[in-house]
Amino acid sequence: MSGFNIDAFMAHRFGGHGGTLGIVYHARSDTPGSAWVELALPYADALIGDADTRVLASGPIIALMDMATSVAVWAKRDRFAPQATLDLRVDYLRPAVPGRTVIGRGECLKLTRSIAFVRGIAYDDTPDDPLAHVAGTFMLMDAQPAGGAA
Amino acid sequence: MNLPPYAELLGITLEPRDGDAPVLVMPFGTDVLGRPGFLHGGAISGLLEVAAIVSLRHALTEEGGGRIKPVNVTVDFMRGGRDKPTHAEGIVTRLGTRVANVEAIAWQDDRSKPIAHARMNYLIARD
Repeated sequence: MSGFNIDAFMAHRFGGHGGTLGIVYHARSDTPGSAWVELALPYADALIGDADTRVLASGPIIALMDMATSVAVWAKRDRFAPQATLDLRVDYLRPAVPGRTVIGRGECLKLTRSIAFVRGIAYDDTPDDPLAHVAGTFMLMDAQPAGGAA
Repeated sequence: MNLPPYAELLGITLEPRDGDAPVLVMPFGTDVLGRPGFLHGGAISGLLEVAAIVSLRHALTEEGGGRIKPVNVTVDFMRGGRDKPTHAEGIVTRLGTRVANVEAIAWQDDRSKPIAHARMNYLIARD
């Protein structure tokens, strides 16, 4: 019984909102202690938030980071299971450069019985020049209720 | 009020209100779908951010206008978004000279039972 096969999972295009935004798998690292998953959001005119500057809206970046951190949780748990975003905070460090693909890198910092703590960055050039930073939590829907039987 | 291309992608329409900023409505559909039967958290967040900007632009217009730069957003997801229209409203809690504090809520049937709530900080460059 194999666990979460990220390559098989990512071989399919995302449906729903992720598909509409054009989000695709980009890369991953399994380095212990700093494992991450990256998804890519290609620039598209339909995602523009400011017609004058042609800068991407912030909404697609949140969606990208929600998905990248979600997949990081599945990768860390080594299983695909339903989870609900409890909260997500995004700091917009700088505008995304019009025309560039935005990469979202998600990490799962900690898993408890019912909560996953995540963080991530978004960048359009190199990871050391991020355009956004995120922190969030997911509720693991398949978890036992707190205090319930193991 | 002109909405950006991204708002059109979400299918957002505006319901005008006398004096206040309009309420936003986003239809349910494949383009905003997350897990089967539920709205995507990113689409809900996007709706909340557009609602916040619409309310802030409305408030700024009364003071001579200005450009808006997002600093950050924190979104709390309270209920799953189901197969029905979602409404959203922005509330400018403080409009300063350089910074605005804005909240936004999204609901479906009952405004007192929001599906998500967000808090944003914006930098303002006055015209």
